[in-house]
Amino acid sequence: MIAIIDYKAGNLTSVARALENIGEEYLITDESCLLKKATHVIFPGVGAAGEAMNYLREKKLAAWIREWVNEGKPLMGICLGTQIILEYSEENDTSCIGLVAGRTKRFSDKMTESGIPLKIPHMGWNSVAFRRSHPVFENINPEAEFYFVHSYYPAPANDAAVLGITGYGINFCSVLAVENLVAMQFHPEKSGRPGLQILRNFCAWRPLC
Amino acid sequence: MLSKRIIPCLDVRAGKLTKGIKFKDNMDIGDPVEAAREYYEQGADEIVFYDITASSDERNIMIDVVERVARTIFIPFSVGGGIRNLDDMRKVILAGAEKVSVNSAAVVNPEIITEGAGAFGSQCIVLGMDVKEVEKTKKIPSGYEIVIHGGRKFTGIDALWWAREAERLGAGEICLNSIDADGTQDGYELNLTALISENVHIPVIASGGAGKPEHLAAVLTTGKADAALIASMVHYRTYTIAGIKQYLHEHQIKTRMSW
Repeated sequence: MIAIIDYKAGNLTSVARALENIGEEYLITDESCLLKKATHVIFPGVGAAGEAMNYLREKKLAAWIREWVNEGKPLMGICLGTQIILEYSEENDTSCIGLVAGRTKRFSDKMTESGIPLKIPHMGWNSVAFRRSHPVFENINPEAEFYFVHSYYPAPANDAAVLGITGYGINFCSVLAVENLVAMQFHPEKSGRPGLQILRNFCAWRPLC
Repeated sequence: MLSKRIIPCLDVRAGKLTKGIKFKDNMDIGDPVEAAREYYEQGADEIVFYDITASSDERNIMIDVVERVARTIFIPFSVGGGIRNLDDMRKVILAGAEKVSVNSAAVVNPEIITEGAGAFGSQCIVLGMDVKEVEKTKKIPSGYEIVIHGGRKFTGIDALWWAREAERLGAGEICLNSIDADGTQDGYELNLTALISENVHIPVIASGGAGKPEHLAAVLTTGKADAALIASMVHYRTYTIAGIKQYLHEHQIKTRMSW
């Protein structure tokens, strides 16, 4: 059973639809007692860091997620869910969960590529250069692209946490992985077949074994 | 580097495509869900549904279509046409659409952009703009005027001013349709597209006039567009999305080539 953490940050239906498509059972909840039934937890999110953290603290979910990861169980962060597992986000000057050392930063308004000013948000399809292999990213064509929509990006303090890098004006960490935790800035549930493959890999991942 | 997006647009009325789409074996597809699946398989980067709705019954049919599309394709899609208030937006987004597009309703009531962005995030709110070229005047200094109700009604609003204003109000993207070029298949309105795209900080989808792959190449370079909307050129199978992408690739324009 896959649990999708509901922290009232945007629409969770698309993650649910993608899990249905790959034949996984799931539940969507903000109750930590229900989350206990899960084998895997997905921490999605579209929205703003400040509100999200307020809700997570109020529901004591921030502490619950920390515990889950400390027990060695698999957690997947998506988009905002990735940004707020770091210690701090520049968005709304927010202190975050702090599972991974580092900060979430905003793209500079002055970025250019070949002399052309870049727009913010970074919206659309972009590639990821993987630094090493990882069970969650097996059987992914290196040419594959993924759907991004964000104005902030994760910047882990420890370089070893960086699994994938994407270029948009700067090279930023688009995938981070530390032991039983994997988190990506793009939306696998909206990234076509390669995205579904990532979800499938995650659901089959047994990091404790 | 970010890819340029190729976005087929499907017109829907009462749950059916307004014009059937030709696919393999020249079979006509009238079901928008099947058409979406076909374009998803062909490599579309996103899909736009335009709901030509006449009644609230038809609106509910569209919500059902959106739900079925969300179970079928796993790329972003947007729904526009007849979105008048926050409740219309909520229904479409909860049914599984990534984005909603507002056009005439935002001209009449610009706060809908701010309300929508506040409730769902800017990335969900697309401003649809229908634009006609007019004489440059004090009131319309860009020489491009916003028209509504399918191009029938002039509003006296300057298109460049409106694009900037919509960004300020919280729109996350602009879908820019040239009424002059629409339906001609003679190419996009490049001057208009570049003017708007260079003067906002949000992505611009060019619309109206696509007939050949060259037109997409022009609007994605000279026209400075971030994405290109296409319709007839793929609906009648004159071109395929893969073929268009191959052409752009050969002309050093980056699109998503693996799906």
